Amino acid sequence: MTTFADRPLEEQIAQWRAYVRRRQALHGPDVEELEEHLRDELVALTEAGLTGDEAFLVAVKRMGSLDALSREFAHAHSERLWKQLVMNSDAADESVNTRRPETLVVLCLAVAAALAVKVPALFGHRLPDEEVPPFYFRNASLFVFPLLAVYFMWKRGWNAVSGLWLALPFMAGAVFANVFPFPHDAFDALGHWRSDTQRLAALHLPIALWLAVGFAYVRGRWFDDSGRMNFVRFSGELAIYYVLIALGGGVLTAFTAMLFLAIDVKPDVFILAWLVPCGAAGAFIIASWLVEAKQSVIENMAPVLTRLFTPLFTLLLLVFLATMAWTGSPINVKREVLIGFDLLLAVVVGLVLYAASARDPQAPPDFLDGLQLLLVVSALVVDGVALAAIAARISEFGFTPNRVAALGENLILLVNLTWTAWLYSSFLRRQGSFAMLERWQVAYLPVYSIWAALVVVVFPPVFGYR
Amino acid sequence: MDMGKDLVAASATPLVLAILAEGDSYGYAIIKRVAELSGGHLQWTDGMLYPVLHRLERQSYVAAKWSASENGRRRKYYRITKEGRAQLAAQRQQWQAVDGALRGIWMKACPA
Repeated sequence: MTTFADRPLEEQIAQWRAYVRRRQALHGPDVEELEEHLRDELVALTEAGLTGDEAFLVAVKRMGSLDALSREFAHAHSERLWKQLVMNSDAADESVNTRRPETLVVLCLAVAAALAVKVPALFGHRLPDEEVPPFYFRNASLFVFPLLAVYFMWKRGWNAVSGLWLALPFMAGAVFANVFPFPHDAFDALGHWRSDTQRLAALHLPIALWLAVGFAYVRGRWFDDSGRMNFVRFSGELAIYYVLIALGGGVLTAFTAMLFLAIDVKPDVFILAWLVPCGAAGAFIIASWLVEAKQSVIENMAPVLTRLFTPLFTLLLLVFLATMAWTGSPINVKREVLIGFDLLLAVVVGLVLYAASARDPQAPPDFLDGLQLLLVVSALVVDGVALAAIAARISEFGFTPNRVAALGENLILLVNLTWTAWLYSSFLRRQGSFAMLERWQVAYLPVYSIWAALVVVVFPPVFGYR
Repeated sequence: MDMGKDLVAASATPLVLAILAEGDSYGYAIIKRVAELSGGHLQWTDGMLYPVLHRLERQSYVAAKWSASENGRRRKYYRITKEGRAQLAAQRQQWQAVDGALRGIWMKACPA
């Protein structure tokens, strides 16, 4: 090996190599080839009488601009700019060693999640052919989230003690999901839930427990701001990856059905009791792993979708308000209308959150920030109109669990968005920084989970399990 | 003499193929040979040779092989293939056509 006796020179070469390796279009062997060239040049230059430093400067200069070089490499290997989207085996030398056990751990956890879904069947909670019993709805998140937390703890290197602390919320979740005496036959003849509090508990437990997953994700350092924001980014990407995997799973399921029906074997029990539930659970772990592995490689999708839909939603709300003012037709208060407006506010909060997640907090206000403020304000106005309409008739309706939950959520999102609007406007007037808005959003995250936990724990007894 | 970028780029393929037709070689040696042949007029930024080589490899005009060099490190050697020789012959005809045309006009327009 031509190593140079000159130690600093070797260090400079190592630095150069590390710098070149960061280029996407340049792969390991290319870098090696270029380094070989650099070394040949250095030998020639030092033999001609240059000192190590001088030779290095000249050799690097002769190599040419790295930007131009990686552009040329990208032309010669245009697939490399695409290949980033699949697991690349020779991406970086050091990760090869760490990746194998990780793949194994993830596969084990995914299989464990898939099997966990089947464990209750051993104790008589069968997944029947037609209707999924409420037991599975109430516990859905408990099959997967603890394993996801284990994955993060393994990956981030936690000790057993903190692991035990983290087990507490999941254990509490398991207890509260199962101790309440909900009515036995969960659905009426039309397939509606008999017990609203049971349905609410099933819907809210995942939101409550997601906070515990977040805790594992940030390695217990919840109050480092970047950690929480990273968890938000992770959650958004996970949702997108999960949907993509689910689409693939749908195709797989359709082909399973088609193939076996072609030979007159009925696959419905296998599909309904094994393929779909086990696949859904395992895919969650796999999707999380993909997001973890990809975070530095591909641009995050959630902010891209945010940019796409912020203007469209703003437009929708403004046109809606204008139409309502023009025609004067009031909001027709029906059963589901409050939940609809909750979802609208949740989407707006999501748009704000993911716009914030991709934004450089130091950058000055731009057009998109103005648009965000417009979106938030118009959402507030729309929700205000809806709330006024609902409040006028709330005494008529009475306080059912559904309505209390929906009102509480509306209130929580309203508070968030009101303060967000204030922070946005002071940011646009250059009286505050964007970082304040980001801090407000991440500080607010636990509120959603705490409210969800209240719905799971307090609502059923208060409303008599109806 | 500053040569235009397009001309340098266009001449890269025949030059590299011709040098490899002389015998197997590697990046650094090819660059030295180019400088020698052109009397220093053809100055490439060194790095730019490698994308060219990789493109030729992909078009299967050259084949590459890693082997140990005299100093004990790994080095990537390039060899011209049969397709490469055919391509070289084709390029040679094209360049001769260009050269012939230019020669004809040089004589008439601006006799040196």
